[in-house]
Amino acid sequence: MNALRRNVLKGAAGASTVAIAVAAGLLKPTQAMAAWNAPAFDAKNVGAAMKGLDVSSPADSKDIVIKAPDIAENGAVVPVEVTSKIAGTTSIAILAEKNGTPLVGNFTLSGGAQGFISTRIKMGQTSLVRAVVKAGGKSYTAAKEVKVTIGGCGG
Amino acid sequence: MAEPMRIRATMTGDVADVKVLMNHPMETGQRKDAKTGQLVPAHFIQEVTATVGGATVLSANLGSGVSKNPYLGFKVKGAKAGDKVVVNWSDNKGDKNTAETTIA
Repeated sequence: MNALRRNVLKGAAGASTVAIAVAAGLLKPTQAMAAWNAPAFDAKNVGAAMKGLDVSSPADSKDIVIKAPDIAENGAVVPVEVTSKIAGTTSIAILAEKNGTPLVGNFTLSGGAQGFISTRIKMGQTSLVRAVVKAGGKSYTAAKEVKVTIGGCGG
Repeated sequence: MAEPMRIRATMTGDVADVKVLMNHPMETGQRKDAKTGQLVPAHFIQEVTATVGGATVLSANLGSGVSKNPYLGFKVKGAKAGDKVVVNWSDNKGDKNTAETTIA
């Protein structure tokens, strides 16, 4: 348990180091994005994951549409489609809030890619599926509940 | 180790619809092997990048919460038929794979 806490703390410190490096212009944002964001993916709760993504208190938005089943019989494969109608969407992150590590994927879009990502995720239990969209330096969010009958983590 | 992936790109109006199916076990590191009772080590795709006509359109970080044999769909505006689409991934064990197609 203590080892876990250590990891979380280390993760948080790592995330802020990256953020500082970006702010100082030491790393170009594209380079920072290309490297796997371990602190965000290792985060054990939604708040820490968002911190790892450098997102704080995103605004709720009706322009983000999450298409996912209301009830997923098999938590190992839950199709999720996120469409962001927000102009200038640069990234979409998908989180399954009650998973052991909530952050599922962070997709950075460029060069004409539209605010749309379709994928399949694992869900341990019934929970909100949250999308976090970054556009024009601001962050927006929306969530949809998916009921899971058989969990897809561990098992 | 790395098996081929499937990729398809089609034009819908002025938007290219790209669909990728990667072959990967996506082990979370939390699942136990039914026979030995040992935890199966984590093994999952961490990074995916996609280019259309040489320009990067998507660079993604994935976690172990993505389903086995990950499916990924995205849309690119301004692409045209005949443009080359290249998708690369790499996982936490350093395996890599790449696939390419042309937009139909």
